[in-house]
Amino acid sequence: MPNTIHIPTPLRPFTDKKESVEVSGNTVGELLADLTTRHEGLKRHLYADDGKLRNFVNVYLNDEDIRYLQREKTPVKAGDSLSIVPSVAGGVR
Amino acid sequence: MPAVTQGSPRTAPSVFDLIGNTPLIRLSSFESGLRNVELWAKAEWRNPGGSVKDRPAARMILDGERSGALTRDKILLDATSGNTGIAYAMIGAARGYRVRLCVPENVTPERKRILHAFGAEIVFTDPMEGSDGAIVRAKAMYAESPDLYFYPDQYSNPGNWKSHYDTTAPEIIEQTNGRLTHFVAGLGTSGTFVGVGRRLREFSSSIRLISVQPDSPLHGLEGLKHMATAIVPAIYDPTLADEDLGVATEEAFDLTRRLARAGVFVGISSGANLAGALQVARQVSDAVIVVVFCDGGEKYLSERFWDERGSSGADQ
Repeated sequence: MPNTIHIPTPLRPFTDKKESVEVSGNTVGELLADLTTRHEGLKRHLYADDGKLRNFVNVYLNDEDIRYLQREKTPVKAGDSLSIVPSVAGGVR
Repeated sequence: MPAVTQGSPRTAPSVFDLIGNTPLIRLSSFESGLRNVELWAKAEWRNPGGSVKDRPAARMILDGERSGALTRDKILLDATSGNTGIAYAMIGAARGYRVRLCVPENVTPERKRILHAFGAEIVFTDPMEGSDGAIVRAKAMYAESPDLYFYPDQYSNPGNWKSHYDTTAPEIIEQTNGRLTHFVAGLGTSGTFVGVGRRLREFSSSIRLISVQPDSPLHGLEGLKHMATAIVPAIYDPTLADEDLGVATEEAFDLTRRLARAGVFVGISSGANLAGALQVARQVSDAVIVVVFCDGGEKYLSERFWDERGSSGADQ
């Protein structure tokens, strides 16, 4: 069953203006990888050259910051959704 | 230390009168390896509200009072991601105006607490939409009740850039004895860059004007805008800059940490502006570069990046 990733306004130019994208995978990292496969242009905005998620990119699994879970290794269930939330500064919410 | 600090009044009738006349600080520790280049920072965190935004906020409020658009019964309304809101809230508190601000919900807790301390009302907007979401909300609220509000609209109000044309730029010219060769500032509302830039251009056509932007629409550079993907402010003049530089958030974080280790505790946009200034500085010789440091580091203390390791490897 697919999961949904909510895309913030600033990144919608790279998702054909879509507010959310259906993706599949077993972990947060796999969902993000699927997202950047479907929308190649997003990659450099989300990942550093070393392949790590850029440190100011905030990803929430449902309402939890993945930094306080198992980051990209966090398992996902059917129906879980991810949100990429812009940092106004660091994006503590 | 001198007994009397020139240009900095020791007494003032109100906080309003302390706005402007900020110092210019030499960044000697960042000049090594450069070819006779002086780097100077305009210390805007020394304004009473803690940021460069005191200047445009004061100007737009004064303009409103003079034109009659701002009266005691009006609520001051605007969209802000932080510093302009703090400036409005401070001046509003000092002059007896109610202040209502549209702010993205994910601004740092420090900002929310400062706005609250000054007694401003906050209307939170969708964090997914960033600062543009706050702009859209403020416009809608004003359209719904135009008689209720004084809406300076910092992104469109000429008073924003004129405050810098009339104060920041002449201060910089005086403080450098007219020797400056390059001016570097980040683009948010673009008020600082446009106002200072226009005045400097009139003073000397040879001064190079360099604007700084985030290198990506998704960034952590508080207060700066990625113009290609954001709502472009009406006051922005894209023809003014000689050069426009993109800065990565990681580089700004790194320089912000290095500035603190050099005793200059400033916010992330100052680190970004210094990144731009250093890009310029490495390409020139015999130059006097002035870069704007928009605010202090206090409002960013809850940020993670202070604890991360920089590319220099020296700090932890």
